[in-house]
Amino acid sequence: MKILVPVKRVLDYNVKPRVKSDGTGVDLANVKMSMNPFDEIAVEEAIRLKEKGKATEIVAVSVGPAKAQETLRTALAMGADRAILVQVDDGVEVEPLAVAKLLKAIADEEAPGLVILGKQAIDDDSNQTGQMLGALTGWGQATFANTVEVGDGNATVKREIDGGLQTVTVKLPAIVTTDLRLNEPRYASLPNIMKAKSKPLATKSPSEYGVDIAPRLKTLKVAEPAGRTAGIKVGSVDELVEKLKAMGVA
Amino acid sequence: MKTLVWVEHDGSTVKDATLATVTAAAKLGEVHLLVAGQGVGAVADAAAKIAGVSKVHVADDASLANGLAENVAPLVASLMGHHDAFLAPATTTGKNIAPRVAALLDVMQVSEILSVEGPKTFTRPIYAGNAIATVESADAKLVITVRGTAFDKAAREGGSGTVEAVGGAADAGVSSFVGEEIAKSERPELTSAKIIVSGGRALGSAEKFQEVIIPLADKLGAGVGASRAAVDAGYVPNDYQVGQTGKIVAPEVYLAVGISGAIQHLAGMKDSKTIIAINKDEDAPIFQVADIGLVGDLFTLVPELTGKL
Ligand SMILES: Cc1cc2nc3c(=O)[nH]c(=O)nc-3n(C[C@H](O)[C@H](O)[C@H](O)COP(=O)(O)OP(=O)(O)OC[C@H]3O[C@@H](n4cnc5c(N)ncnc54)[C@H](O)[C@@H]3O)c2cc1C
Ligand SMILES: Nc1ncnc2c1ncn2[C@@H]1O[C@H](COP(=O)(O)O)[C@@H](O)[C@H]1O
Repeated sequence: MKILVPVKRVLDYNVKPRVKSDGTGVDLANVKMSMNPFDEIAVEEAIRLKEKGKATEIVAVSVGPAKAQETLRTALAMGADRAILVQVDDGVEVEPLAVAKLLKAIADEEAPGLVILGKQAIDDDSNQTGQMLGALTGWGQATFANTVEVGDGNATVKREIDGGLQTVTVKLPAIVTTDLRLNEPRYASLPNIMKAKSKPLATKSPSEYGVDIAPRLKTLKVAEPAGRTAGIKVGSVDELVEKLKAMGVA
Repeated sequence: MKTLVWVEHDGSTVKDATLATVTAAAKLGEVHLLVAGQGVGAVADAAAKIAGVSKVHVADDASLANGLAENVAPLVASLMGHHDAFLAPATTTGKNIAPRVAALLDVMQVSEILSVEGPKTFTRPIYAGNAIATVESADAKLVITVRGTAFDKAAREGGSGTVEAVGGAADAGVSSFVGEEIAKSERPELTSAKIIVSGGRALGSAEKFQEVIIPLADKLGAGVGASRAAVDAGYVPNDYQVGQTGKIVAPEVYLAVGISGAIQHLAGMKDSKTIIAINKDEDAPIFQVADIGLVGDLFTLVPELTGKL
């Protein structure tokens, strides 16, 4: 079974995002970019399934600028076998619906048994792409996965839901999206980083897949949220109790 | 404009998250609801009483019993022939279903809206709430998820919607429900609690979390939350996590104990009315958003506080 893993290049999760002063977006010039953390978890899960003999090949896919090659190389260094970059011009943002359509086209070509995506990209915080790909393929979707067991023609997935955990079984091929506790991604070793440089990476364009990536949402403005300012520090528990009483809480 | 709102329920009652979604929908136009499930007559009757609701569509079918997105989405898509907008609460259920509906309709979803600015214009948080985007949809139909803390809850009484059965539900045959482990608790649900006490990595163990955080929460009648670090370490179950990728809360009082205040955590609680932080590091980032801070060791301060309340 082949596993497809879509990975997105995003602002590193440790970097505090700064809104551009002209209100057009978040400043991405000269800041550290990394693989979306949930996608690292997706790559890790795919590798573990391959190590367990459940999968034979892992194909990492990214939709993004030329620089997204770095993200794909990271996936290859972790253990993916080959990569596909659907390249767009620098600064072009491809919305989840268009990403899902591109992934559908790639899934048609590659015929994977599983597509493992992150549950959400930490830049747009959309949490849509996996579910949309589910609709376009008609496959089952096990979102927000906490554990994944691949069986014979199906996968049983424990999902993180608001009240606790839910278990579903999906027929293969299927879509899985990762939650934080699915696994802890490995770091790529230096020899594997070197090896990754010679693994195959194909570059494609959206038009080769016949997908229109024109955005459906127009961003009119990006602004800083209403700020909070630091308040006071109290010196003792007694003072805190007084404050709580004054608020009518205690 | 006619809207269709996904009713989140537990088989007998309508969940609070639905009420905020109704308020958002009412800003767009006429409010219709969809109650889907098995044996949901009582839910439909309760839903019809929600203020501002004009119609309740009820889909009662075994294939809808567990809200599987593969079965629900085609049903919603078919109802969208005569509705202009589909709105779901931004809960794990809503987030699972709505994008599947959107793609069936060839629509780009607007996720977790904070406000309605116009018939097709909304604000939504991006980058863990470090930026707020105003977006305008160019699609013919709208598919939206709604952040519960950003809208007032519609009243549960006062409406008199008509109830109408809808058919056409079917099992897509690609997924099945196996089981659920839902924590039963007497405590207020996190997303509707007035007071929340949250613990972080500093608690050190599940035992200490129980010993230190729970008595304080009990005294205050509070909901209990946690940072990702505390959940990952197994001190508390996953559904306690507050943050960018956990629950979004906005209680009257949020008490953060032994939590550093990473941006991903702040994303889930910085709209709380009053934030109180207890941390031994006076430079912890949580103090930059806290209204009241107390610097010191939580293992002495929290029991003392619990004792004095
Ligand atoms: C993709 C992604 C998504 C994430 N989503 C979330 C999310 O939804 N929610 C979330 O919370 N995090 C999330 N995180 C994790 C986040 O980045 C932080 O790692 C996490 O919030 C840290 O938890 P913490 O504050 O409990 O632990 P720490 O950062 O380790 O802080 C512990 C704090 O306790 C204090 N302390 C230690 N001992 C004591 C004592 N005896 N008395 C008083 N204070 C003490 C320390 O001074 C410190 O400030 C996410 C991360 C990623 C990459
Ligand atoms: N441009 C992209 N390239 C590759 N994968 C993507 C891209 N955008 C989104 N994804 C995948 O879809 C998941 C959810 O993203 P989103 O729906 O944008 O929150 C991510 O974690 C990725 O796995």
